[in-house]
Amino acid sequence: MSSAPVITATDVTKRYGDFTALAGVSIHVDTGECLAILGPNGAGKTTLTEILEGYRQRDGGQASVLGVDPNKPTGAWKAKLGIVLQNATDMADLTVSETIKHFARYYPNPADPDQVMAAVGLTEKANSRNGKLSGGQRRRLDVALGIIGNPEVLFLDEPTTGFDPEARREFWVLIDRLKSNGTTILLTTHYLDEAQYLADRVAVIARGRIVAQGAPDSIGNRGDAIVTWTEAGREQAQSTTTPTAFVEELSARFAGEIPHLAIRRASLEDAYLELIAQDRQTNGGDAA
Amino acid sequence: MNTLRMGLGRVGIELKQFFRDKESAVFNFLLPMILLVIFGSVFGGQELGDSGITFSQYFVAGMIASGILYTSFQNLAISIPMEREDGTLKRLQGTPMPRAAFFIGKIGMVFVAYVAQVTILIAVGVLFFGIDLPTTSFAIFTFIWVSVLGLIAWTLLGIAYSVVPKQGRGAAALVSPVVLVLQFTSGVFFVFSDLPQWMQNFASLFPLKWLTQAMRSVFLPDTAAAMEVNGSFELGLTALVLVIWIILGAILATVFFRWTPRGKS
Repeated sequence: MSSAPVITATDVTKRYGDFTALAGVSIHVDTGECLAILGPNGAGKTTLTEILEGYRQRDGGQASVLGVDPNKPTGAWKAKLGIVLQNATDMADLTVSETIKHFARYYPNPADPDQVMAAVGLTEKANSRNGKLSGGQRRRLDVALGIIGNPEVLFLDEPTTGFDPEARREFWVLIDRLKSNGTTILLTTHYLDEAQYLADRVAVIARGRIVAQGAPDSIGNRGDAIVTWTEAGREQAQSTTTPTAFVEELSARFAGEIPHLAIRRASLEDAYLELIAQDRQTNGGDAA
Repeated sequence: MNTLRMGLGRVGIELKQFFRDKESAVFNFLLPMILLVIFGSVFGGQELGDSGITFSQYFVAGMIASGILYTSFQNLAISIPMEREDGTLKRLQGTPMPRAAFFIGKIGMVFVAYVAQVTILIAVGVLFFGIDLPTTSFAIFTFIWVSVLGLIAWTLLGIAYSVVPKQGRGAAALVSPVVLVLQFTSGVFFVFSDLPQWMQNFASLFPLKWLTQAMRSVFLPDTAAAMEVNGSFELGLTALVLVIWIILGAILATVFFRWTPRGKS
């Protein structure tokens, strides 16, 4: 697993006027790895992704994708990338099959359009106009166009927004299959279960800075246990590394049964929310 | 060559979208035919002075010249802002497609749409309004070079003007007034020599006036040259004006064309 990084960003900065979108971001993604970028809206996820895709120019720092500086994109480089942008509505008057076949012509080594259509589950919709597809189907078409060129690196920007749970599961299976074929994936998502399922590592970004980076099972307070109970008419929660001692303490306080007691391992969502809350506390003064 | 192969592939895709989008098909393709039927039915039989030329004959020349404007300028200046907004351009930018292929696709679409439109316009003119077709090879040659230079000029201007509408929605409202004003002042709906002097001078700055005048040289008898403001169809000057606009259009399109909406770089 310790192969050379396919994507590296070192101290990347980006400003829009007075607004600092990225304040020195460093990430790396190794060959065949999936890195999920998590963060609130406006944290800089899409800016970072679009800098690495070659859409936006970084102001400072270093970046490399497949050995190329994304500030200087070339056609040969783009042929190795697959890009799934946020919610697209383009080409409404073309059919699914026309669109996928047409985009295959842009790549030197494309996948078979019929196989790609089958892989994303759109074979039955081959002759439907893109504009008539449901939200989930439309997104699968975007993914089809992202993978038609047999990319070495796949960028997925919030790929499953608007999916129902079943469609999301199917999508994960599809991405898993690409991953097992060695495709390197950079994913941004709001869904922590998605990051948990797909990502080898996650990077949490807040206000243009990476606040935590690591395996989904190890970041933030994921080693902790979360103890919840009811006290003073309200549900209480405590994150702790010593749940047994904490429960004994509670038990003594209640002199017996603790109302609605539950103990569970911290989820990725708990860890994420904790990290974002910590960031607000430490940096919250300057921007409300 | 790869770029050419992808560009030709884009011509097909562009044409499918052009004809399948009902608004575009009506507004850019069918409108000249609808106008020809309406104006031809109302004024068609009227003779222009004692020239023996019917208004239909005069009007069909103007409508074909307008067709150049509809299929190239109006079409591109409305559709490109929409494509910029809905993500078409951004998606293409993320593929290895050379940018030239995109423009080859647009130019090819414009030429095919124009040829189809002119064919139908002439058929309608001949079948319903008894239009006389040019017979000399000189007239046919004039028709071809005027169409080609006009299409190139207006295609480039359409690509350049596509930066004016900030949003895809409402682009038509910023484009069609330009087309209408030029049509009214360039001798499409009215006989050009009847227009006030200042209006003639204004229209002479832009290519449409020269296109309509040259198309009249194709569709009207040689004697009609006497009805022109300067007593001639001025084909040499027309070629010069069109070439100047092509150069200007190429500069404007190169300098101003944007792949991304303003404020998102």
